[in-house]
Amino acid sequence: MRSISSPPVMRQASPMAEPSSASAPTQTVVPCRTTRRARHWRALLWVAPGFGMYAVFVLFPMLQSVQYSFYDWDGIGPATPAGLDNWKAIFTQPELLHSVEHAFILIIFYTVLPVGLGLVAASLIRELRPGAFSTTARVVLFIPQVLPLVAAGIAWTWMYSSDGLVNEVLRAVGLDQHTRAWLGDFTFALPAVGVIGVWVMLGFCTVLLLAGIGKIDPALYEAARLDGAGRISEFFAVTLPGLRRELVVCTTFTMIAALASFDVIQIATQGGPGYQTMVPGVEIYRLTFLQQHVGQASALAVFLAALVLVVIWPIQRLGREK
Amino acid sequence: MTTSAVAHRVTRTAILLALMLFAIVPLLSMFTTALAAPGSTPQGLSWPSDPHWNNFVDAWSAANFLALFRSSTLIVLGVVPATVAMATAAGYALAQLNVPFGKAIYGLLLVGLTLPFEALITPLYYDLQSMGLLGTRLAIVLPLIGLLMPFGVFWMRAHFLGAEQALTEAAKVDGANTWQTFRRIHLPLATSAWSALAVLFFLASWNQYLLPLVLVDDPTKRTVAGGLGAFQGQYGTDIVLLCAGSLLIILPSLVIFLIFQRNFVKALMQGAVK
Repeated sequence: MRSISSPPVMRQASPMAEPSSASAPTQTVVPCRTTRRARHWRALLWVAPGFGMYAVFVLFPMLQSVQYSFYDWDGIGPATPAGLDNWKAIFTQPELLHSVEHAFILIIFYTVLPVGLGLVAASLIRELRPGAFSTTARVVLFIPQVLPLVAAGIAWTWMYSSDGLVNEVLRAVGLDQHTRAWLGDFTFALPAVGVIGVWVMLGFCTVLLLAGIGKIDPALYEAARLDGAGRISEFFAVTLPGLRRELVVCTTFTMIAALASFDVIQIATQGGPGYQTMVPGVEIYRLTFLQQHVGQASALAVFLAALVLVVIWPIQRLGREK
Repeated sequence: MTTSAVAHRVTRTAILLALMLFAIVPLLSMFTTALAAPGSTPQGLSWPSDPHWNNFVDAWSAANFLALFRSSTLIVLGVVPATVAMATAAGYALAQLNVPFGKAIYGLLLVGLTLPFEALITPLYYDLQSMGLLGTRLAIVLPLIGLLMPFGVFWMRAHFLGAEQALTEAAKVDGANTWQTFRRIHLPLATSAWSALAVLFFLASWNQYLLPLVLVDDPTKRTVAGGLGAFQGQYGTDIVLLCAGSLLIILPSLVIFLIFQRNFVKALMQGAVK
């Protein structure tokens, strides 16, 4: 499937090859070879600006993070080597450990629920005749995804406040004793923040899965019908297997968002009450900019980056099979 | 059979309406709150007896929105064209040209695809400080170009991998060089891919919160999302003003989405699934 414009001979040209003039092996091919090799190196110019920006503002800082993580540094004075202390702290200090735990709990809200509900919504929308209702459903469900997460945080902070809509509804149906300031509640703060994640991610998953369903051969559905499959068995026999790649994309995207969440939590709870909603992203911010523990923040940052890679990798492999 | 079909249709509509309600209610609640009497604490969702449309004007001036919008626009103009151009060039080369170390370069870029911004924010702060850029819009623009690059290259490469090979061959036969082949043939065919990328990058820059929060103190030099964060800190207790302000800030993203809704969703599908 890979396409290249140069003829296959050029592909094995070793990057470490000798200067082109010296490398001319035989007589007639010479001029052709030199121009091609020049063109081959010129291809780097196309990649250079983008890769340069990436190297300076992403790769280099990443390496710095690794370096900082072995030092004790307040950001101003001299840094003192700290060995593996910062790394050990991630696994021994309860607040750091909890922040990582919370990130995993958020996967339930950012990934499992939106993908599950998205599958339901997409299967239902598929059955609709194309028209105003199906378009409206798609657009309305997708809106939360395009808003700034800051706005999502503000909207839901208001929803969850003592005078907010959640409590108003509870009072209206006579559940007064269950009203509370949700984001300040030690038990409910994390699930409450999680629901904001469901709100943001549901539309993305629905729309992506819906597009995937659209690509499934309608003949498969007909065959399932002829075999007497009901809606449920049709879903498991045709829809679900046909959505493999879309499911992988949804899962990857939402899991990264869960593990690396920052905006919503920084706005809604700043990790509180206590450390009940603290996540690595917010903890890194606090450690660096409020507590000046740059080394500790960097260790957590590298750990978070590695964690995301380790979690995403198997899912990507799953998508590539077949 | 028919009654169960009707029952199914009713449940289907009910479930979909419930999900749509879930998506829209927080915004509606913000809207009715934004219209309540200034300084009051209204109930979660109730149409005010006398809507105070003036709250939007108050919020506009309280948050200095004009400066905020101007700043965001400058940041978007700094980020989006440059990033799309660089990503398009790199994506084209990695898909169609024989780039030395191409595999390694692409591999390194793929690592960046999953890298959380928070993992880089600490060193970025000190780097930009030593560059003397802290507090300027460039402190947001430059890192953002680098941070968005992996996705851009990934997206454009996927598009150019699917490009018709016969066209390249035909152009070559006609004596076109690499640049001409790209400019005259592949770039025009890639319009939907790079314009969708531009919309995605617009949203990513406009909605960016962490970089402005950390790298720029002055809210009027931030993105609107960063400015909104500062606004919340300042007016967090005045829920009416806060809701009005938030809605004003949401509006451009919403309008852009509704305008490009059709292409946007389509392109998202194509790009995401490749």
